[in-house]
Amino acid sequence: MIAEKKEVRPESPLIFEKSLPGRRGVRPPAVADVDLAELLGAENLRPEPPELPEVDELTLVRHYTGLSRRQLGIDVTFYPLGSCTMKYNPKVHEAAVALFADLHPYQAPETAQGALQLMYELQHDLSGITGMDATTLQPAAGAHGELTGILSIRAYHHSRGQHAQRRLVLVPDSAHGSNPATASMAGYAVKEIPSGPDGEVDLEALKRELGPHVAAIMLTNPNTLGLFERKIRQIAEAAHAVGAQMYYDGANLNAIMGVARPGDMGFDVVHLNLHKTFTVPHGGGGPGSGPVGVKKHLELFLPSPQVVRDGETYALDYDRPQSIGQVKSFYGNFGALVRAYAYIRMLGQEGIQKSAALAVLNANYLKELLKEQGYRIPFDRICMHEFVAQPPEGFKTVDIAKGLLELGFHPPTVYFPLIVKEALMVEPTETETKETLQTFAAAMGEILAKGKEWLEGAPYTTPVRRLDELQANRRPKLRWEKG
Amino acid sequence: MDYTPHTSQDLETMLTRVGAKNLRDLFGDLPQDLIFPDLDLPAPLTETEMMRHLRELAAKNSSAATSFLGGGLRAHYVPAAVVPLAARAEFISAYTPYQPEASQGLLQAIFEYQTMISELTGLPVSNASLYDGSTALAEGVLLALRETGRNKVLVSQGVHPEYRKVLKTYLDAIGAQLEEIGLEAGKTPTTQVSTEVGAVVGANPNFLGALENLAPLAEAAHASGALFVAVVDALSLAVLKTPGSYGADIAVGEGQPLGNAMAFGGPHFGLMAVKENLVRQLPGRLVSETTDVDGKRGYILTLQAREQYIRRGKAKSNITTNAQLTALMGAVYLAALGSQGLKEVAARSVVNAHQLAKRLTTIPGVRQITPRPYFCEFVLELPKNPSQVRSELAKRGIHAAVPLPSEYGHNLALFAATEVHTERDLAGLEAALREVLA
Repeated sequence: MIAEKKEVRPESPLIFEKSLPGRRGVRPPAVADVDLAELLGAENLRPEPPELPEVDELTLVRHYTGLSRRQLGIDVTFYPLGSCTMKYNPKVHEAAVALFADLHPYQAPETAQGALQLMYELQHDLSGITGMDATTLQPAAGAHGELTGILSIRAYHHSRGQHAQRRLVLVPDSAHGSNPATASMAGYAVKEIPSGPDGEVDLEALKRELGPHVAAIMLTNPNTLGLFERKIRQIAEAAHAVGAQMYYDGANLNAIMGVARPGDMGFDVVHLNLHKTFTVPHGGGGPGSGPVGVKKHLELFLPSPQVVRDGETYALDYDRPQSIGQVKSFYGNFGALVRAYAYIRMLGQEGIQKSAALAVLNANYLKELLKEQGYRIPFDRICMHEFVAQPPEGFKTVDIAKGLLELGFHPPTVYFPLIVKEALMVEPTETETKETLQTFAAAMGEILAKGKEWLEGAPYTTPVRRLDELQANRRPKLRWEKG
Repeated sequence: MDYTPHTSQDLETMLTRVGAKNLRDLFGDLPQDLIFPDLDLPAPLTETEMMRHLRELAAKNSSAATSFLGGGLRAHYVPAAVVPLAARAEFISAYTPYQPEASQGLLQAIFEYQTMISELTGLPVSNASLYDGSTALAEGVLLALRETGRNKVLVSQGVHPEYRKVLKTYLDAIGAQLEEIGLEAGKTPTTQVSTEVGAVVGANPNFLGALENLAPLAEAAHASGALFVAVVDALSLAVLKTPGSYGADIAVGEGQPLGNAMAFGGPHFGLMAVKENLVRQLPGRLVSETTDVDGKRGYILTLQAREQYIRRGKAKSNITTNAQLTALMGAVYLAALGSQGLKEVAARSVVNAHQLAKRLTTIPGVRQITPRPYFCEFVLELPKNPSQVRSELAKRGIHAAVPLPSEYGHNLALFAATEVHTERDLAGLEAALREVLA
């Protein structure tokens, strides 16, 4: 048995361990005998070269190909990671991006009109989808968009002489951790608002905290329980009545993409995660893109530059005296913008609304299937794009996750939101077939049937089994050392 | 065209199962007067039509693949192996490796990346990447302020002007002060550092391309209890002294020169490496080696108590998604070239830049501003408006002459050369510039 296990789970040497002095991979164009000490000054040179791997190209190819086979992605298996929207990333987007690879941000604008036109149209399209008046494409990810949005709100209060009094941001206790982290980065104090028994924001508790000292409320709608906040209009009204701004965390927009617009619900600012809702690949943790849309009264404060149109010409407008400034060099993660643009162009209004509706249908269907397998649903009503489940009494969520890995599925998000014990947050997305959902539900049942002992030992045949996290925390080993 | 697989039979079965009459029924919790609005979007396209449309847009751009533009990003060659390997389906379609048993591929690749960045910078700890050079600088400075508990930052004018703008946005947010050290003759003078200062920032090479000896500035920072943050050019570290060796506590930089397409400014990746004592202050992901229950070597995200999804309002940064795939391209690039290959790319870029400067300064009215020694970018004073010069050159099929902000002086333009350029390219730019300035 042990010998068999070793065969299933071979060791994976580091590329440094495959390195041999003198081996060469890619060779750059030849350089004539050059005296770097003369050109750069001997005192500026490093005495020893960096120790980088020395491998031939085939070894390089096999190394990374081998690593990729120790990795799950959407292209490999079902990946229902809640709040992460792991939908299919169309392959044509990669071909689309390649068309724009060789543009430099500082080339003369008249030689990049196609790129600027794409950005201009995307600003317009995203404003339309979110119900906002203006959109910046500069932020590099969702959390970066949050910071941009909150700083825009801050600049708005400042412009009205209310910055000093408005020092607090309210977030529900079900919020993503990035919300309070962002508010802190923007210099705000944060207060959490409890959820009511229905899993939604407790409106009365919220009203008690509201006042002229509040700068903004940050909300995700649907919230992280996958429930639509039904009192959203009353919340927005109460916020606006005391001069606070409504911030929409777009992490869960896939549920209502094009079906209902944050701008119409009373939100003043929204950030989008193009790497969730608009199919930009997650890439193992980025790069993403986090555009921010705002209502008219906040437009002046958006980062500089914005893409503007003058007749048939597109240009970068840096003349934005009230702008919060720049949040990233150049104009944002343009490659991500190309993918989102291609997606929106192909889907159009019909495809966008249909995709959101089917994301919701898939989630509700899977919720029913999991109930049948014995999983508990703490807030059981029609959910949006995701739902929160709990394993049957006595089972631990971490074990469910590890059991799923053994069966070749990526588990749902675990232990989030924090307000549900042993939470499994499941988001199937619209691009999965009914059969996949059925197979997954059957696997969820199968692991329960295998029993606790099996689950506690799982996974068994993955490239590694459960890892010692404590050791990594106490004595982190963060790089390879020779010898 | 969309990517949903549902047949009409599927729809019927599934709707029945969830107890809804139709798809609209699923949105019963929403304000009914708001749902299914008009989005003002163009009609949907098929894949064929969309690609044709994008090709038409792309045809309105002109490629800068052999350009002489610089300023953080440059036209380096990306070896053919880089994108197909880094963008393999398993890597590109994965989320952050929260489930290590299913993510050993990425986790090991990040561990190797951390080692490579540590080697380049001469600092022991690298994180898994940040968005880009500008935000890496902002995060590095915030780290220094957290560590020192101070509220003021000194930054050299030699740091990329856009990086300084981004830094200002981040510092304004927390009410910290930013003060600049003006360049003197193209270099950063060593200044007094008061005890309110938590971070001192310099760049090597600086924005003008000049090499700087930042050791005295780092010493001045340390003498008053501040940390020193070095902004580096990742490629230059193939040959130049490491920030670790001249006293940097934190090194940050833009990763694009390492195997990333310019892509009109992004996405690329930001690198960050720090001294050992700062590890628990680091923003972003960090991968550690560990062992599994069978004692087998494996890799895992570590020290996660720094991060937002654990610490919420008390996190070291709000950063979540960073730039893993583009950092992976950087790692594949470094492994493809090795230290010898990287040195050759750097050397050829340096030689080309020096030959280019020699040629261009023979043109009447053109004067070199960047002092020697310099790396592969340099600044020239032109006898004509640089924006016009850039446009005139573009008409002749050459991208060059990035206009410098006026804080550096009048009629200044930045030029860069890389390993892609040949003698003919250099002569071509010289001839074109001569014509434009005549």
